[in-house]
This record gives sequence, structure tokens and C-alpha cells, in this order.
Amino acid sequence: MVGLVIVSHSYKIAEGIKDLTDQVAPTHKGIVCAGGMEDKSIGTDAVRISEAIKQAESGDGVVVLADLGSGIMSAETAIELLEGEDINAKLVDAPIVEGSIAAAVTAACGSKLEEVIAAAEQTKAVKKIN
Amino acid sequence: MSTRVYDCLKAIGEKIIENRDFLTDLDREIGDADHGVNMARGFQSVIEKVSQDDSDIGASLKKAGMTLLSTVGGASGPLYGTAYMEAGKVLMGKETLTADDLKLALEAAIAGIQKRGKAEKGEKTMLDSLIPAYDVYCEKIGGGASIVDALDAACTAANEGIEFTKTIAATKGRASYLGDRSIGHQDPGATSLTLTLETIRDFLKG
Repeated sequence: MVGLVIVSHSYKIAEGIKDLTDQVAPTHKGIVCAGGMEDKSIGTDAVRISEAIKQAESGDGVVVLADLGSGIMSAETAIELLEGEDINAKLVDAPIVEGSIAAAVTAACGSKLEEVIAAAEQTKAVKKIN
Repeated sequence: MSTRVYDCLKAIGEKIIENRDFLTDLDREIGDADHGVNMARGFQSVIEKVSQDDSDIGASLKKAGMTLLSTVGGASGPLYGTAYMEAGKVLMGKETLTADDLKLALEAAIAGIQKRGKAEKGEKTMLDSLIPAYDVYCEKIGGGASIVDALDAACTAANEGIEFTKTIAATKGRASYLGDRSIGHQDPGATSLTLTLETIRDFLKG
């Protein structure tokens, strides 16, 4: 199953999104949070994110969603830190709540990495109010 | 007894910690008032975690970079972390530093920061100090100047870079939300970068 890592500056935001993904994709066991710093203060930590990616990986690749600004930079750094490890991790350009839910649901259905990425990316264009 | 590279990293850390409130105040004007606090926390960890006995300059810089990645928290974490790690890669295995080694390290640091931040010169970032400093450094060592004299000229260029950041609007990071209102304020990242170069110069001057 494609893994999912949720990166936010806020520990609570990442945990809160995981509460939502657990609700919509209860069978997915490879969703891992990397929110905030080690002491739960605000920030992002590339080393913790790379550990989360390792934890989320089960052989089918990992999708990473990040909130904003340095969260993106830390996520990119985390993926680079995994150079040499056999893990196909991709950072997806998508809103973190909608993207995480779309990724969790499609991954839980057994979709491939590319399909999970596409599902998450599609949420970027979704209009909330018509 | 600690190694020279450790002592230099410690000197940089102490300089950043000493300027914590100054850097944070600069960041309060145009950012989120955390640059000094974040950098001081990161460098406190660098002082604690980098091995005092390791004389490998590259390995020590890499360790410093990894430490910054996991302790700074804000944008400076991945930016400075990547800069130190990339500089570390080109200096791996070296126990002494020539003028050319430092040139390659600065070059790698710039490339790392650009890769991570996707910024160019002129966007009110640390690159506005680092790139002019690097250019002047290369020119000086190309003309046969010593590492200390070249760094001295580079520091002057870095300080001019800080002055330049006052005249332009930010287009990267949180300060970019302010647009033209960021004009008139010096960039905190360019400032911490210049403090770093000045500390390296003073350290090598002995």
C-alpha cells in the first residue's frame, strides 16, 4: 500500500488531518504524521520527516503532503536525505487537508503511487463553492 | 582539545546566539519574529552535537547541517542546513582549508540554498549577501590574495548586500506578503549570513 506522510508546522494540524484520514480510510496503516518539532513546538524538521517516510514505506512508495513555506523545503530536504535508500517518495503539490484525504482513500483501495499522486493533485482544482 | 573546525563552528554559533535578539527584532519588522530565536536554538545544538574531536571539516559541516535541519524549525533550517551539508560534501575528508577549498564550499552552499529556496539574487534573501561575497572572494583569490584578505573583502561585499536588501521588496518567504512595505528593512537572513562570514574571517585571522 502506498504510504502517506502528513507534514505541517503544527503538531496538532498533522494529527488532526490523520484523525480525518483514519475516518475515511480506516484500513490504511501507513499514514504517518510529521507535524511540528520533536517537542511539539511549531516548525518543521527534515530529519523527522525522513524518519516518517521510512515508517510509512511498505514497498509501494510514499506520498508526502506539506502545509506551506518551509514545510515544503523541509519535505524536499527529507526526500533528499533518503538518497541511497530504496524508497520512492514524492512530495505532492496539493492542499494538505483535501490532498491527504484523497491520497488516503485512493491508497487504501490499493492504487499505485502515480494514481495516488494524481488523486491528491486533482484536489488543487476542486471548487469548494459553486 | 577540540579541533579547529569545531572551534570555528562554535565561534559561529556563539556569534549567532549573541545576536539572537537583534536578528529576531529584524525579523519582527518583516517576518514572524523567529529568525534569531530559531537560529540560536539550532546553533546551540550544533555546539552540543558536533564532535569536538572530529578534524574532518566536511564531516563536521555535514553534522552541523543535519543538526540545523532538525532543530531550527523555520525556513532557515532547511536553507542553512542544506548550505552546511552541501559545503560539507565538497570538503569531506579534508583537515585543512585552502583558499580554493573555501571557494568550492561557498559555491556548493550557494547552489544548495538556491536549490532549496528557489531564489535568485535580488529577492531580499541571504543570497543578496552571499553571492556578492562569493564573487568578490573569487576575484580576490584569483588575484593572489590570501584567504583572510579575500574573506575581508567578501565581508565588505556581504555588508553592502545587507544595505541593498533595504532598497528592495521581498518576493520570497513570509516577507513577500508585505510587498513594497518590506522596503526599508534589512533582511534578517542576509544579516545572519554576513555574521557567519565575518566570524569565519575573524577565526581564520586568529
